[in-house]
Amino acid sequence: MRNIWTIAQREYKLYFATPIAYMVAFMVLLIIGFIFYVNLSAAMVQQFAPGVDTVLGPLVTLLLFGTPAITMRLIAEEQRMGTIELLLTAPVRDYELVVGKWLGGFLFLLTLVAVTWVFPLALNGLVDPGIDQGPLLTGYLGIVLISAALVAIGVSVSAVFSNQIAAFFATLGIFLLLWLISMPSDAIGSLGATLLNYLDFSEHFYQTLFRGVIDLRDIVYYLSVTALALFMGTMAVETRRWR
Amino acid sequence: MIQVEGLTKDYGLRRAIEDLTFHAEKGEILGFLGPNGAGKTTTMRILCGYMPPTMGRARIAGFDVVDQSLEVRRRVGYVPETIPLYPDMTVYEYLKFMADLRRLSNSEERVDEVLEIVHMEERADGYISNLSKGMRQRIGLAQALLHEPEVLILDEPTIGLDPAQIREVRTLIQNLGQERTVLLSTHILSEAQQVCDRVLIINKGRIVAEDSPEQLQSRLTGTQRVALKVSGDGDGLEGVVSQVRGVTRVSAGSDGGLEFETSPGLDVRPDVARAVVSAGYDLVELHPIGMSLEEIFLQLTREEPAPPEVAEEVEEDDLGEDNA
Repeated sequence: MRNIWTIAQREYKLYFATPIAYMVAFMVLLIIGFIFYVNLSAAMVQQFAPGVDTVLGPLVTLLLFGTPAITMRLIAEEQRMGTIELLLTAPVRDYELVVGKWLGGFLFLLTLVAVTWVFPLALNGLVDPGIDQGPLLTGYLGIVLISAALVAIGVSVSAVFSNQIAAFFATLGIFLLLWLISMPSDAIGSLGATLLNYLDFSEHFYQTLFRGVIDLRDIVYYLSVTALALFMGTMAVETRRWR
Repeated sequence: MIQVEGLTKDYGLRRAIEDLTFHAEKGEILGFLGPNGAGKTTTMRILCGYMPPTMGRARIAGFDVVDQSLEVRRRVGYVPETIPLYPDMTVYEYLKFMADLRRLSNSEERVDEVLEIVHMEERADGYISNLSKGMRQRIGLAQALLHEPEVLILDEPTIGLDPAQIREVRTLIQNLGQERTVLLSTHILSEAQQVCDRVLIINKGRIVAEDSPEQLQSRLTGTQRVALKVSGDGDGLEGVVSQVRGVTRVSAGSDGGLEFETSPGLDVRPDVARAVVSAGYDLVELHPIGMSLEEIFLQLTREEPAPPEVAEEVEEDDLGEDNA
């Protein structure tokens, strides 16, 4: 556990020294802020009370595109720089390395998500009698779970590549696939549709947590994706030794 | 301390090392000598637990490198050929991180201590990206010393350094080797000769010779080679020399002279000199040509038909080093 924490700490601190992390944070906050402003203006004219969905909707989409940029370097860069040799010959187990990297990236993403909390706070002040607290809490719970799963997938992909750009696009590809996989389910019907719906990342969010509903199945889904991805990342590091 | 038996490693279809067997004792500096691509790095990576061998066993301090990898890694300090440093960390941060990964209870003291050993105290707060190659090498070494390992594995520790730095690193290694086992690889023969207690010559994945540098030299130079030169016309000289008892092989030497080999343990130079002079030649030069470790190395690594470009590359590299 201590090794995991040592590695996670280093990764977390390093994000504040790299321009990419700042750019991702800047982009995410800028776009959310812009959409937030547009929504507020529209609400003034059309007389409806905007909810937390005006923040969470765009946030989750931006995470899909921003997370690969945050996770791409985690292990790929170690491989390119040769420092992986250092970590793999230190008394650290392979899973500790992968989980440590994941934790570092996850904590950074959580920091970014925590900053977006200012928008619902502002909204709560503007809207009378305040916004619906249920979707706020469950929505953010969903974001945290989704972040955990996305970063885990990102770390795992990063373990396969020694090129960050390749890791970025591979990760983004997997994210988009998981996000859209339920699209053909209407056309297929029956068992296939159920399966695709279950695998879909967005189905577990928009149908429940986004609307203020907590369903244990969704939590289990995101946690299993996280665990599975971390397991596969460990396997990827291990097979690296055999090459 | 290090025991290796029948170690073999395949990369796909290519066999990198084949059936290596050797050992190293406590307090010994073992040199791993061979041309580039001979399998030195592969062997070292296996020994420090970076990757498993295809066949064979290796034990370090009694622990198997595959089954007890973590125990081995706790006892080994490893400096790879490309020093693994994080350029965006300061020297101190980097060493502290490595000390924490090794769970040293007194990590801060140890960082200060190793910085002192490699004489880098003043650069502790500098960023690694600003360090020169020689300093990076020293930080790499400092990192490997943090946990006071019983075994030090150094892959080409002096590559890319200037002559003053090379001398410094060699002295450092010699000091470290007094109480530790050091395995170092190099393709510079004079380095192996200076630093190592025992040398293992490896070529194309196999051990071709193993002995102390001195023994190796004398074993292969039992037959002495002597160069001979006369002023003026040297026609018929070959016949005169070859008739002297104890002279085995006569060949044309460089710049018009002759070279001959003698039977082991026999100094025939006086006889040759007398014979040459009495045959009416003006003898101007007669001196033994010692076979340097360099020549032994080239001879050993060329015995099997090695790809010529590899051998040439080594030769050039070594010449370059000596000139420097």
